Amino acid sequence: MLHTVNKSPFERNSLERCLDYAKKGSAILLIEDGVYGALKGTAVTEKVKKAMKNVTIYALYPDIEARGMQDRAIDGIKLVDYSGFVDLVAEHRNVQSWV
Amino acid sequence: MNETTGGVEMDEEVSGVVKKFLYVNRKAPYGTIYALESLEVVLIAAAFDQDVSLVFMDDGVYQLAKGQHTKSINVKNFSPTYRALEGYDIEKLYVEKESMDARGLTAADLIVPVTMLSTAEMADLMESQDVVLSF
Amino acid sequence: MKFGIMVNEGPYTHEASDTAYLFAKAALEKGHQIHRIFFYHDGVNNSTKLTEPPQDDRNIVARWTKLAADYKIDLVVCVAAALRRGIRDENLAEGFRISGLGQLIESGIQADRLVVFGD
Repeated sequence: MLHTVNKSPFERNSLERCLDYAKKGSAILLIEDGVYGALKGTAVTEKVKKAMKNVTIYALYPDIEARGMQDRAIDGIKLVDYSGFVDLVAEHRNVQSWV
Repeated sequence: MNETTGGVEMDEEVSGVVKKFLYVNRKAPYGTIYALESLEVVLIAAAFDQDVSLVFMDDGVYQLAKGQHTKSINVKNFSPTYRALEGYDIEKLYVEKESMDARGLTAADLIVPVTMLSTAEMADLMESQDVVLSF
Repeated sequence: MKFGIMVNEGPYTHEASDTAYLFAKAALEKGHQIHRIFFYHDGVNNSTKLTEPPQDDRNIVARWTKLAADYKIDLVVCVAAALRRGIRDENLAEGFRISGLGQLIESGIQADRLVVFGD
């Protein structure tokens, strides 16, 4: 299953809840303000890194770049463009948007 | 035009398929319109003979709270509609136990009978769906 | 593959309709099909032809209209949500049509994937 998160982890619990729900082998794509959850040196970095042992985490690069965060992504988080977003939806049989 | 189904004819192409639809409710009522308009989708969905489940988690559990009186804020109280869902053959209502505990709520505080599931059970339920609509 | 898309937020206020548009465009450019794009909640505001953004900004409504024309995409605005917010046939931009929620459910049935873009 693919999960998308579009909220900053510092404002809402969407990322936290998504991490509770994402089962081993599933994928999480951070988009819009959700990309703030993909960064190094934040209060949620360790939590995200821990989750990366079981799930693959992606972030939408155009949203990272728009926010000036391009040099801060956690190593191992896969950066994708909209075409990559489409591929992720196609590759997984269902999608949950943590709106 | 068929008002209920939005002009969609129940031809064989549509009616032959039964998919699992999950409606995920994570927002409280009244503060925003999402809870009400989500319920409107569910009522229409009932006409399509699909396998429908509703999940209430996070602040979504407040949608089912007993004792809602909205007269003073001049908004329609739509909570009785949850009790009518059974009449539409929508009987799978799931509430996340962790969300209830965090808010000091128990099943006795809710206006409808629900199935209480743990986060892990909810995750399994979500994973098994074909279409997930989140509000 | 056939995608259904649901847009739940209005233009400009929230990035959701931008993301939905860029997703839809990327999908079409890769050769996928879009079964339908369904506008709900404040998402119905994506369909008003009365919009007039500043010259140096994107025109979100016109962008949807062009996408619909270029790829013959079905853009459906929920009637109940639209009437609540003052969207009617008289101010509906080209390429959109107003219809019922059944169109969303049908898209969930017919499409291989349904993706929600919201708040």
